[in-house]
Amino acid sequence: MDGRTVNAERQPQTGAAGLDAHLVVERDTGGRGRDESGFRLELRLRVAPGETVALLGPNGAGKTTALRALAGLEALSDGHIVLNGEVLDRPGPRRGRKRTARSRSPIDASPSDHPGTGVRRPSPDGSEQRGDRWVPPEHRGIGVVFQDYLLFPHLNAIDNVAFGPRRRGLGRTEARAHAADWLDRVGLDGFGKRRPGQLSGGQAQRVALARALATDPALLLLDEPLAALDARTRLDTRAELHRHLTGHPGAAVLVTHDPVDALMLADRLVVIEDGRAVQEGDAESVTARPRTDYIARLVGLNLYRGKASGRTVRLASGTVLTTAEPLGGAEADGEAFAAFAPSAVALYREEPDGSPRNTWRASVAGVHRHGDSVRVQLDGPLRAAADVTPAAAAQLGLEPGQTVWAAVKATEITAYPA
Amino acid sequence: MSATRTRRRRRIPAALLAPAVIGLAFLILPLAGLVVRAPWTELPARLAEPEMLAALRLSLVTATAATALSLLFGVPIAWLLARGDFPGRSVLRALVTVPLVLPPVVGGVALLLVFGRSGIIGAPLYERFDLTIPFTTTAVVLAMTFVSMPFLVVSVEGALRGADTRFEEAAATLGAGRWTVFTHVTLPMVAPGVLAGAVLCWARALGEFGATITFAGNFPGTTQTMPLAVYLALQSDLEAAIVLSLILLAVSVIVLASLRDRWTAAP
Repeated sequence: MDGRTVNAERQPQTGAAGLDAHLVVERDTGGRGRDESGFRLELRLRVAPGETVALLGPNGAGKTTALRALAGLEALSDGHIVLNGEVLDRPGPRRGRKRTARSRSPIDASPSDHPGTGVRRPSPDGSEQRGDRWVPPEHRGIGVVFQDYLLFPHLNAIDNVAFGPRRRGLGRTEARAHAADWLDRVGLDGFGKRRPGQLSGGQAQRVALARALATDPALLLLDEPLAALDARTRLDTRAELHRHLTGHPGAAVLVTHDPVDALMLADRLVVIEDGRAVQEGDAESVTARPRTDYIARLVGLNLYRGKASGRTVRLASGTVLTTAEPLGGAEADGEAFAAFAPSAVALYREEPDGSPRNTWRASVAGVHRHGDSVRVQLDGPLRAAADVTPAAAAQLGLEPGQTVWAAVKATEITAYPA
Repeated sequence: MSATRTRRRRRIPAALLAPAVIGLAFLILPLAGLVVRAPWTELPARLAEPEMLAALRLSLVTATAATALSLLFGVPIAWLLARGDFPGRSVLRALVTVPLVLPPVVGGVALLLVFGRSGIIGAPLYERFDLTIPFTTTAVVLAMTFVSMPFLVVSVEGALRGADTRFEEAAATLGAGRWTVFTHVTLPMVAPGVLAGAVLCWARALGEFGATITFAGNFPGTTQTMPLAVYLALQSDLEAAIVLSLILLAVSVIVLASLRDRWTAAP
């Protein structure tokens, strides 16, 4: 069931398999707009077959917009989407920026752009011709797992999963058999007759996954797939989802604001803020060397930006942090990040002497439990979070407003070019 | 506990209570009177009378046909009004709902002018196909459709607006084209609204009087529906009028009961 019996003509653009997208979506405020100045998403995204990429970012960063553009539920203002060599969306000069957020299909798009089915026949030399191309969602061969699953309430689980295969030309019996097989694969054998309302959150999530995968999509999109689940179910479902993503031969893009989901499920992370990618890389590099406050907070690091010179980083506030190693890339004197973990911060009542080169006076802004330790928010020349043991906290008698000395060993601070 | 609650409850001001009670009595008493005055013992015999049966049969057939026509054309209208994005949509909506407030007689006159032998549509029909629409059973159905379709459109449009379009997007990503999305997702999801609209539309068609008598006349067997028969019977045979009225009242009550949740439940 390759099944993409699509009237969209293949137009081998590049030999590359997988997804190659340059997403540009512009819109005025209104609808889902984020701020008064309107919203612009610009994101380059390449995903190889079998690879899972997570778009990680705070709410409103444009993750969901990116997903909707890929799925064909929203039109690009500029850029392109190419999946396995087929151009799915590439606005021509005429489409311009006048496309609104609401455009989601050919009927809304300007009619001159999309005669007939919404797909313009490509010219033989498609790569030269910058004609407008737009393949509607039903012809894209892209599977989507929506945030709240959107299982059809009037259909039972098996018919929900069979919906896609049916549309791709399978007979009723075949499609049901295929769907039953998929329900079995997600561990829901015997739940086929249940309506979505009779399924638990975790079960509904798995039906949604089965429904999206049952069409053998070349690209699987997941929008906050675990966000609606409670903590326990989340754990099990995440492991399950990971198994299916690993087994999925196509490309996958996962949108999440939960770093744990991103780290556990994806091969590669793209961090998005305000509509653009601010950092990209595998889990290790992103978490070890965060480039924005958002990601630093997510992975629990204190992050500062300043001017590097040798083994020091001078922050805007005047504070100088000393590192053990010179900045990565040796000669680099210039803008740099310095990061250290809250657990690397030691607190004292009196100014300490000895090895730590980085000591400063700070006032305690807040104290609360954080797992097994106590998280202390420090104010002062260097705002930072410090983790100390409950015993230490008790000994120091920490309370808001109190003044303490903070120290971080040079070896605990990583600095890297901005 | 309940005693204190009762004591605490605000008393209803007499200035509101008195008119409310009078108004309720005004609404309920006539209907009660109808039930009381009904010739219950002869009811079965009365109902079996041929003129009665003819009016009953004609009403059921024409109202059902009008409902079918309203579904056929009204659901697409509702879809257009709810989902379409074109200039003049609000004007169109206003036009569609005009028959809701238009005196039915005016509707009948308008239909007569359009479908009459010299009307824009009526003239060519008569000249080319020798078809005459006014004063036929077809005219009854058209008159009913004209006045009752807006009820269906309004109900279905409301249901469509309330439906979550993201389900339609989900269906599209699964490979469903626009028409399939409509038949397989949209329509099943708004089915309760469509059903309510159809029931309301049918009830309105059943009670249609003004447009029917103007456009279709009052011929027993072909255009004399129940409301028309009631009106005619009033002048000769009061008992018959009561029996027919009773049937129409019963239908109304049944319709209201079936729409209970949608129309009479407190918000």
